[in-house]
Parts: sequence; C-alpha cells; structure tokens
Amino acid sequence: MAADIEAISAAAAAAHTPHGRRTRDTRRSERRAATLFMTLPVLLFVLFVLLPVVMAAVLSFTDYDVISSMNWVGFKNYTDLIHDPFFTKALENTVLYTLMYVPLGIVVALATALLLNRRVRAAKYFRVLFYVPVISSTVATASIWYWMLNPQHGLINVILGKLGVNGPAWLYDSNWAMPAIVLMSVWAGFGTNMVIYLAGLQNIPKELIESARTEGANSWQVFRHVTLPALTKTTMLVTTLLIIGAFQVFDQAYVLTKGGPGNSTVTLVYYIYDRGFGALKMGYASAISFVLFAIILAVSLVNARLVNKAGEQ
Amino acid sequence: MNNTLIRRKLGAALWWIAATVVAVSTVLPLLWTLSTSLKPAGDIVASGFGLIPKHWTFGNYTNVFHTVPMLRYALNSLLIAVIGVVTNLFFGSLAGYTLAKLHLRGKRIIFSAYVASMMIPGTVTMVPQFLILRYFPLAGGNDVLGNGGSGFLDSYWAVILPGAIGAFAVFFMKQVFESLPDDLAAAARIDGASEFGIYFKIYVPLARAALSVLGILTFQAGWNAFMWPLIVLNSPDKMTIQVGLSGLVTNYSSQTGPLMAGTIVASLPVLVIFMVAQRWMVNNMATSGGK
Repeated sequence: MAADIEAISAAAAAAHTPHGRRTRDTRRSERRAATLFMTLPVLLFVLFVLLPVVMAAVLSFTDYDVISSMNWVGFKNYTDLIHDPFFTKALENTVLYTLMYVPLGIVVALATALLLNRRVRAAKYFRVLFYVPVISSTVATASIWYWMLNPQHGLINVILGKLGVNGPAWLYDSNWAMPAIVLMSVWAGFGTNMVIYLAGLQNIPKELIESARTEGANSWQVFRHVTLPALTKTTMLVTTLLIIGAFQVFDQAYVLTKGGPGNSTVTLVYYIYDRGFGALKMGYASAISFVLFAIILAVSLVNARLVNKAGEQ
Repeated sequence: MNNTLIRRKLGAALWWIAATVVAVSTVLPLLWTLSTSLKPAGDIVASGFGLIPKHWTFGNYTNVFHTVPMLRYALNSLLIAVIGVVTNLFFGSLAGYTLAKLHLRGKRIIFSAYVASMMIPGTVTMVPQFLILRYFPLAGGNDVLGNGGSGFLDSYWAVILPGAIGAFAVFFMKQVFESLPDDLAAAARIDGASEFGIYFKIYVPLARAALSVLGILTFQAGWNAFMWPLIVLNSPDKMTIQVGLSGLVTNYSSQTGPLMAGTIVASLPVLVIFMVAQRWMVNNMATSGGK
C-alpha cells in the first residue's frame, strides 16, 4: 500500500505540467461529480435537520395538536410555561440531576484516569474493564440497575446490609429515586470522560511534573498546581459534554421510574416527550424544547467563560 | 534505601487494590446479571451474593423468547443498525471526501451547517421529524399532499432515514480525508480515472481504519438507540430490542430471571464487538469523542 502511494505521488509530481484546457475540463468534471456526490447528503440534511429546526421554531408559536386546526398564538406557549407547575417541577428535577451528575461525573472520570495513568502493563487491561459500562445501552444498564437497586434482594442493599446499613427503597422512595438515577448514570458514562482525561494527562510534559517534584512538592501539591491547571481545556470539554448530556436525560427516567414516584424523576426531555407524543400538544412541546436548547447554550457558554478564566490564573 | 523500597511496594499494592475495586464495580453488575439470568426463580432471591448458580438453567431465556418476540426485536435492531452502518459509511465518507478534496461552490457553508447542527439537541428536532415522516407525500398510503395514510411511521424507514447520513459521520470523515495527500487524486485524474473511482479505489482504502471506528460507533448507536424507535415504531413486529427490553422492565418487574435474560440478549452483540476490538477501540474513541 505504501509503495502504491509513493508511485502515485511520483507520477503526480512528474506529470505536473498542466495544459490550461485540460485542467479546465477536469475541473468541470470534478465540480459535476462533487455536486452529484453531495446531492443526497444535502437533501437529507435539509429534510431532517434544517427544515425541522425551522418547523420547531414556528410550531412553538402555535397551538398545533395534530387533531384540531392550527392557530398562531404568539408567545402564549412560552408564557404558559412559567405558570405550568409540571414544567417547573421538570426543570427543578433536571437541574437537581445536573448538579449531582456533573461534579460526580468529573470526579470519578478524573480519579479513574489518574489511577490508570501509570506505566504498568496491567493499566491497559484495567482500562478495558473500566470502559465496559459505556458499551451497554442505557436501557440494558437501567434494567441491570433496576435489579441491583431492588430494596430487598438487590446487590446494593445486600452489600449495605452486610455493612450494617439499612438501605433505602431507592426507586420507590421520592427522595432516593433521583440520586439512584444519578448513581446509575455516572456508572454508565464515566468511561468516556475517563478516556478523554487519560489523553489529556498523557499530553502533560513529564519535565513539568519532575521539576515540581525536585523542588520538593508532594503528590497533592503536584496535582493541585501542575496537573490540574494543565488539564483546564480537557476539563472544559468534559464539563460541557456532561452538562449537554445531563440536561437531556430521558432513557433512565423513562425505563426505571416513568417519572415517579410523585413526579420526582420527571425530567425536561421526559416532559417534552409526554406533552408532544402523549398529550399531542406539539406546539407546547416545541416551546419547551427551545427553552431547553437556550438553557444548554447559556450554561455551556458560561461554563466556557469560567473555565477559561480559571485557566488564565 | 530499604525505606523507599517499602514505600514503593506499598504504593503498588494500594494501586492494585484501588484498580481492582473500580474494576469489580464496573464488571460485577454485568456478571451478576449473567449469573441471575442462568438461575431458576427459586434460587435468585435465596442465593443473595452467589455469583455461580447452584442449578444452571436456560429456562429464563426460553421463557423470554417464547412470551415476547425477543428474536424478532433483535433481528429488527440488527437490520436497522446494519443499514445505518452501510449508509453512514458510504454517504458519510462520500460527503466527507467531497468537502475535503473536491471543488464545490458553497462547500464551506455546507460544512459549517453540519458542524452547527451537532450542537442542536435532538429534542428540538424530534416533533418536526415525526411530522415530516408522518406527512411524507406518497409514503405509507399518503396522497401527494401527504394526507390519508401514516407516512413512514411504524416502518423501518422512520428510524433509518433521519439517521442515514449523520452529521458526525460527515464531519469525522472530512477530517480523515483532509489528512491524506491531494496529489494522489491529481495523478489518477491524469491517468483518466473517474471521480468516483478516485474516491472509491484510492481514498477509501486509505481510510480503512477510520471507517472501521466509524462503523463500530454507528452500529453501537443504532443497536442501543431507544427514544426515537420508541416514538416512531408501534407494532411488535417492527419494534427494536431496546424498546422491547424497556417493555420487559415495566411488565416483568417481578420476574427477575427472564428480565435479566432479556438484558443479556440486548447487550450481547455490542459487548462481543467491543471484546473483539478492545484496546484498539478505546484508543480510537478517545480521539473521536466517544458515545
């Protein structure tokens, strides 16, 4: 293969005396081919991405509900949201989930990456084992955890019982259902961010850490003043990915609790699903989805600012 | 000297303990699921910790395959995931190649649109995509204006079409082709090769590694997809394995054995692919952004 490339490159270099006419002809056939190649991708993009975004914006200003005729209602959907107790509850739940999931996700991903950042053969095998939860689907993970969180016979409460702790009813307790979903999501997702952190750690120049060591810094000081600042960009990427994911949590809440108990796990996307495809209030659902979009955009931008500032210091 | 040796040994021991604890917490739930799926109903509750079944049984598997069309679900998911891999690899790389290597007016705008679209949450486009599929002209009994039938809803097309050429596939392949030299195409053009031939016979073979990564990621996403199939598919003979499993969690909540058997069936193909591709894949996923 490599030999092929060299031969072709050599031929290209040798033949680099273009005649004007000929280049113009090939240019034209190249443009024609390019247009042909892009037609289907662009068509599908327009149909299933561009058009839907425009439609969603328009729908959010209507009372479209599939059955009755559609009316333009201006900002009514958006003002209705403010007085909708279920929306407020869904927003609260999603923010609560994000506040628990994002910090925990960062700590676990960074800790496991630090653990694996060793020049030992075994580290490679452990990396594969740590990554296993990422592979399974969220539904399979939810199903596994449904069994693990079983109040009487689940692995978690059995282990807690051996330690003398009386475990909560988890998914059946409105105070513990959300923390249980957070726990499950961290378990399922930390591998992705661990691998990103590991790549970041391996990019830190060794001399930087060694010189800090020779100046007498202990492990914690090296971590706090050398490693962590060097990881600023990685942390920003990981945080942004976690926030975007957290605000769109749905699968776990749908499979495990159907939003319950007592609406304690109704998330924003769950509520959009429920309004749009349960109650068929598609105009209203579109309005909620734009609010969600705006929140994700705003939080990501603020986060980028904060991390950049932290990096400058 | 003795002191540092002891410290180093102690550090290594602590590292092994910590790494083992994490590995147990990531792998044990899966092993426990597998073990539960192989135990008879009576043993599941009684045995507590027991990881190795006292009495082995495949009864849970036969149970779940007989009472629910689990095999049908699995075949549906396989079909949808494989078609998704084929369309994304072919059209995604063709579009990526065009944007990276060919002259085309407006290609910068097209590429920016793809990148921008990756930042829009899928939830925003969900309702309109559903309506477009529902009112698609001349599909599924619809007339020219898109009325009368149910369009592409409750057909494989409803899952395949919106995800056929993902923005990520186009973006990823454009980056890959950009890193390959231009003069390969110039030389082939002088030799009279067709534009499609240059793409397919020269550049695609050079991008084989990247295409495999994209293929595995696309298969995983297709097989694991949940929310969209849940919305657009209704009839049991079209349903996917993840939607089927979600139904099991709801309806089989007290029958742990069959539920765990279904869970194993729903995770097996991607786990097997992962075990085969292993370290190679974890490495490549880091550079391509992961799940």
